Amino acid sequence: MPNIVVLVKQVPDTYSERRLSDSDHTLDRDSADAVLDEINERAVEEALLIKEAQGGEVTVLSVGPDRATEAIRKALSMGADKAVHVSDPALHGSCVIQTSKVIAAAVGKVDGVDLVIAGNEATDGRSGAVPAILAELLGYPQLTHARKVVIEGTTIKVTRETDEGLTHLEASLPAVVSVGEKINEPRYPSFKGIMAAKKKPVETLTVADLGIDAGEVGLASATSTVVEAAPKPPRAAGQKVEDEGDGGAKIAEYLVGQKLI
Amino acid sequence: MIDLSVDEEHDALRATVREFAREEVAPVIGDLYEREEFPYALVAKMGEMGLFGLPIPEEHGGMGGDYFALCLALEELARVDSSVAITLEAGVSLGAMPLYRFGTAEQKERWLPPLAAGTALGAFGLTEPGGGSDAGATKTRAVRDGDSWVVNGSKSFITNSGTDITSLVTATAVTGTDDNGRKRISAIIIPSGTPGFEVSRKYSKVGWNASDTRGLSFTDVRVPAENLLGTEGRGYAQFLSTLDEGRVAIAALSVGLAQGCVDESLTYAAERSAFGHNIGSYQAIQFKIADMEVRTHTARLAYYAAASKMLRGQPFKKEAAIAKLVASNAAMDNARDATQIFGGYGFMNEYPVGRFYRDAKILEIGEGTSEVQRMLIARELGLAG
Ligand SMILES: Cc1cc2nc3c(=O)[nH]c(=O)nc-3n(C[C@H](O)[C@H](O)[C@H](O)COP(=O)(O)OP(=O)(O)OC[C@H]3O[C@@H](n4cnc5c(N)ncnc54)[C@H](O)[C@@H]3O)c2cc1C
Repeated sequence: MPNIVVLVKQVPDTYSERRLSDSDHTLDRDSADAVLDEINERAVEEALLIKEAQGGEVTVLSVGPDRATEAIRKALSMGADKAVHVSDPALHGSCVIQTSKVIAAAVGKVDGVDLVIAGNEATDGRSGAVPAILAELLGYPQLTHARKVVIEGTTIKVTRETDEGLTHLEASLPAVVSVGEKINEPRYPSFKGIMAAKKKPVETLTVADLGIDAGEVGLASATSTVVEAAPKPPRAAGQKVEDEGDGGAKIAEYLVGQKLI
Repeated sequence: MIDLSVDEEHDALRATVREFAREEVAPVIGDLYEREEFPYALVAKMGEMGLFGLPIPEEHGGMGGDYFALCLALEELARVDSSVAITLEAGVSLGAMPLYRFGTAEQKERWLPPLAAGTALGAFGLTEPGGGSDAGATKTRAVRDGDSWVVNGSKSFITNSGTDITSLVTATAVTGTDDNGRKRISAIIIPSGTPGFEVSRKYSKVGWNASDTRGLSFTDVRVPAENLLGTEGRGYAQFLSTLDEGRVAIAALSVGLAQGCVDESLTYAAERSAFGHNIGSYQAIQFKIADMEVRTHTARLAYYAAASKMLRGQPFKKEAAIAKLVASNAAMDNARDATQIFGGYGFMNEYPVGRFYRDAKILEIGEGTSEVQRMLIARELGLAG
């Protein structure tokens, strides 16, 4: 009966226009609708699938501003049991290492964790480093880019998918897993789940509650900061292929030329 | 004190259905619509989400929500597509709700759980070839023969009546005459596949092309006596109350279509340019969109007001008729304006607004025409016919 912690993050909706703030190049959280990151929905789904098959408990853990409660609620309405929310103004502008330290400390607040599941990369920051840093900090094995997760007793087996192919990994619990896009199709919460989420416990913690000094986190002491940001240049006009009976071959040629196939 | 705000849970439901409509319905519906195919896969997913059980208590397999939850789901679905929305609307408000409201414990236990789960669909057969507005003129007859009812007659335009997962149709039928010579109308549950119960081929329709609409015929259809739904002779009153609720649902669905027109027009007005500027920079287009927004907003308030009375157990017949009338007009007007804003592309099936245009008209006809709504409103004002 694995005790699972799922890391979730509230991110700006990819459907809305996303911006960085002019003053310090951190995410302008007011400019876009905030949603539970899609990759985290898959992480939650995977935890729920494991729970449904083997029992156990699913705790969602989020480090983020007060608004992140919406992402937490969504995960709870999908079926997670409880939540830990680390919210502290001191965290503003934290880098991946600082954030991972906070997450590691918060994971420590959950009793007897067997498995930490994360998405492999958030759609906003896209550093893709948190699961690995977290595993290092916790001293757990890391099984990243999972396409398939199987738990057998105290052993975890993961199929990792990369551009090169599939790798089969095995480790003993407790472990950190990060999941990729293809792991599953997340469920939509039902109204019953939405109603039930209201009554599930959410523990809110500050960095001080985690025994971390406020000076160790946040923009001022971050190991990396964003110094400049520019929008992507508009896409250049595409290349037209005239079909004179050999359209298919020409397209294939083009794709080979671009090393796309 | 007045509060028209939507609570957190209903808001979360709205967001969930919105996401579902955007991610799951939008990418596939154009194709299904053109091929006139019933959206089985989408219905299955909606079932898993519990949408078919929204206003039905958990003991009958539902979500334990309320009718307003259903309305919000319908609005968000119709914002993207009406065929899917009407499948849900008819399935719940016409298929399942009469069983829930008027059914015996045994009937509910037998029929409701699969309907609430969306694994089965129920249909409601009121309209006949000879007329729908004058529902009291029903010609279909049911005669008691021992432990059975024997039903003869036919029904027209019945939604969800011929899908692979349709489990029953509740049909209104004349079961006798009162002492004063008035017809006694009752509702009878006719399970799909009962001998003599024929379902015609799908109609070729102007809109709602991915929804299932068929004609039904009953030839000596024999069902057990316990298939009577509610009280014998009370069928007319029963379906009037079913339709009052249904009107609020259709109003919500209409608001969704009207909103979809605003959504699409806003995007297109910002993208499309003519004479060197975005068409959205021209006041003629801006005013059209402003008017569309006004209609949508007004219609939404009208259905919220009706729903709020309904949920508080107050009389809401007039409010339901007003909401249905205002919202279906808003849908029709917005669909016309949105199509205009899209120019030639508005007439192409490749853009959703063309589909909205085709789907809007029926909203002024189904579950009581606009004339019938006005008759109801006038009657509620004490104007006797
Ligand atoms: C796609 C679709 C799905 C449907 N689904 C269902 C369903 O699931 N179940 C079901 O039972 N029915 C269903 N219907 C039928 C629908 O409810 C009827 O078409 C509608 O109620 C109108 O009835 P009618 O078509 O017989 O028109 P009529 O009643 O013949 O009306 C014709 C015209 O006369 C007007 N009129 C009638 N009486 C008066 C009056 N006294 N004063 C002024 N004007 C009047 C009407 O408003 C209308 O404009 C569906 C219809 C469609 C097209």
